[in-house]
Amino acid sequence: MITKDTYTFKILRYDAKAPDEKPEFQLYRIKVIPGLTVLAMLIRIRDEIDGTLSFRSSCRSAVCGSCAMVINGKIDLACRTQVAFFESNTIILEPLPNMDIIKDLVVDMEPFWDMYEKVQPYLIRKTPDPGKEITQSEEERSRIDQFVNCILCASCYGACPVVSRNPEYIGPAALAKLERFILDSRDERGAGFLKTMNNEKGLWGCDTVLRCIDACPKDVRPTDAIVELRKILIKEKMKQLFDKEGR
Amino acid sequence: MMLHHDVLIVGGGLAGLRAAVGLSKKYDVAIVSKVHPIRSHSIAAQGGINASLANNPDGRDDTCEKHAFDTIKGSDYLADQHSVEIMCKEASEIVYEMEHWGCPFSRFPDGTIAQRPFGGGGYPRTCYSTDITGHVLLNTLYERAVSKRIKFYQEWYIVALVTDNGRCGGVIAFDLVRGKIIPIAAKTTLFATGGYGRVYFHSTNALINTGSGIGMAYKAQVPIKDMEFVQFHPTGLIGTNILMTEACRGEGGYLLNNKNERFMEKYAPKAMELAPRDIVSRSIQTEIEEGRSFEHALGKYIKLDLRHLGEKKILSKLPGIRKICIDFIGIDPIIEPIPIMPCQHYSMGGIDTNEKCETEMKGFYAAGECACVSVHGANRLGGNSLLETIVFGKLAGLAIDEYLTNNDVKADEKIVQDRKDEIEKKIIRLVSGSGEKPFILQTELAKTMSRNVGIFRKKEEIVEAINNIINIKERYRNVCVSSPSRHMNYELMNTIELEYMLEVAHTIAVGAHQREESRGSHYRRDFTKRDDTQWMKHTIARIGEGGGPVITSKEVTITQYQPMERIY
Repeated sequence: MITKDTYTFKILRYDAKAPDEKPEFQLYRIKVIPGLTVLAMLIRIRDEIDGTLSFRSSCRSAVCGSCAMVINGKIDLACRTQVAFFESNTIILEPLPNMDIIKDLVVDMEPFWDMYEKVQPYLIRKTPDPGKEITQSEEERSRIDQFVNCILCASCYGACPVVSRNPEYIGPAALAKLERFILDSRDERGAGFLKTMNNEKGLWGCDTVLRCIDACPKDVRPTDAIVELRKILIKEKMKQLFDKEGR
Repeated sequence: MMLHHDVLIVGGGLAGLRAAVGLSKKYDVAIVSKVHPIRSHSIAAQGGINASLANNPDGRDDTCEKHAFDTIKGSDYLADQHSVEIMCKEASEIVYEMEHWGCPFSRFPDGTIAQRPFGGGGYPRTCYSTDITGHVLLNTLYERAVSKRIKFYQEWYIVALVTDNGRCGGVIAFDLVRGKIIPIAAKTTLFATGGYGRVYFHSTNALINTGSGIGMAYKAQVPIKDMEFVQFHPTGLIGTNILMTEACRGEGGYLLNNKNERFMEKYAPKAMELAPRDIVSRSIQTEIEEGRSFEHALGKYIKLDLRHLGEKKILSKLPGIRKICIDFIGIDPIIEPIPIMPCQHYSMGGIDTNEKCETEMKGFYAAGECACVSVHGANRLGGNSLLETIVFGKLAGLAIDEYLTNNDVKADEKIVQDRKDEIEKKIIRLVSGSGEKPFILQTELAKTMSRNVGIFRKKEEIVEAINNIINIKERYRNVCVSSPSRHMNYELMNTIELEYMLEVAHTIAVGAHQREESRGSHYRRDFTKRDDTQWMKHTIARIGEGGGPVITSKEVTITQYQPMERIY
């Protein structure tokens, strides 16, 4: 049996083009059929009730990373969050934290992408390419598995307490991306590349409070990446110290 | 303000990115995309990309000729065979190139790229990365584009293609965030704008797949081809219609009706679940119509059963599918079968191009799903769409290079500026309409298409669809956008695109009406056989004086594969 329940959506409204008007919640009451997602409801609200509501969306299947937001206090993708998942009939929606609001649930992701580009997020090779594939064992491929899954939705960046107090901190997604390449048996950037991250804006900024892991909709664990990359830096440092003593 | 570029690419998916990467060294290239490029629909492709690498122990004697044969047979002999041969020949090089650029393909124990069987393929030639192949390929090409410092205009959409006297001068873009109309004069323009899934109500496609690029080219007098060929994927999740990759069946999954029968035995005894998509979708639809389906509040369905594959195989080969099932329908496929139904999935038709991605319009090119080369003919094989995007993205780049090298092309600012002024008036009209809301018209359009121009078609139903479309077009003239505000106005964007969606739907329906035969994905209940004497030809649609499509035809290129009956 399909039953309809009336839900109240409280959505934070703000327009950076009208900066004098403060952000405030607007209430929308709408009937919901079980099985619908928060994104499906947002689309209905925009279509049927308020055409001025702004939010990003595309794939509606948790792969494109467009619709990360704060849903009843927790960061998640609107498309994969079932309305019926919550015990209450009120759903509060806010934009991702740590980024400026452009309008309503849309934030300016420019800082996030700037950080992403800082890690040189691409395979770096020095040896010439073979005629066929560069071989890689199944085990080597599996090492990068979880980091390959990142959809760059910025949930982790929005959840990170370090980013909120230090906007110069590179953030969890960029470091997870870096680990994806450092761990890739085909990448030849070398550990020396990590020197640029050997500071508080980079690998030493993380508080290791694991908020990024909680926030990730794809089970990526950026903190694991950060800890592993720190170990490489420490090893390098130890090696230098021993080399000096040995001399 | 007017922007200028040597090459302006619309669309930041695989085809657009590959073209940009190829051209970036020599030319001033820019990509306009209505979403951040990493959000493009290429990201959602799951199963894989075909290339006859012959890595699989069961396919050591695979060749690009065999790949071409499978593709042509799969196309029900409507594909242009020289184009298919080019694509299949390029395939291995393209896959190796993506691998060299960092694409994390799954691997065989010997360290080579893993390959799995796919529908309609005689060999296991689909290269993959678990069930997120589109995701890894798009990330790889975006990474490459970042390393090449390609210029992106993100969250800009296109309002019109600017053409004059058979030549393309650029586009009129709209900056969604700032709310500004921006004319872009370009020596060459490449559309890589994707398919039109959202013209249908039940589609596996992303919300951004409106097909507006195809409609825009058509409105600008560029001919479009084979629009009646619409692929329905056999296995879309009920309710949300999210894609359940063909790899589910490639890895050994079964399709079951309510009698617990593997009913594909009746329809394709040899290939079974791995028959081509048109055949499997019709088989499922027949089972549903003849009462052998299951019932759910979200609709009638058939079961896709993976349980016998075992937990280990599901977790290693189909982890994304499992997660989607758990998140979106609360089912773990290790324990329960997946409820599926056929859904619109892919557009075989599109902007008419040759094998170099050239259109009839000078300086205007198209590649990827928005284009119709045609390499898929009447039915595309799984694993060939990712391949098409990258191969023809690359070839479009080569053709553009050739054109710019051999011609002294000057941008024509005046035609771009004139067009901008027209668009300004059009937007003012859209925000001052007093009629219906755009979503009402769009929903009615999509329901009409799913109901009347779906898997099975017949004359009366198609005629009704055409009449509905004409009626909705009329109502569109007075459509009402809620707010005159220009920035971040998604409703305005949807309304602008709706105009083009209506044109796309109109050409699909008229093409389906004219083609009195059954071929590939186009099945007429009133003309159930393929008719090679009359209909082995492409449908060409051009916009007529009265606004409706004018249909002509074009020969199919045959090289060495003579048409025969398709039995699987």
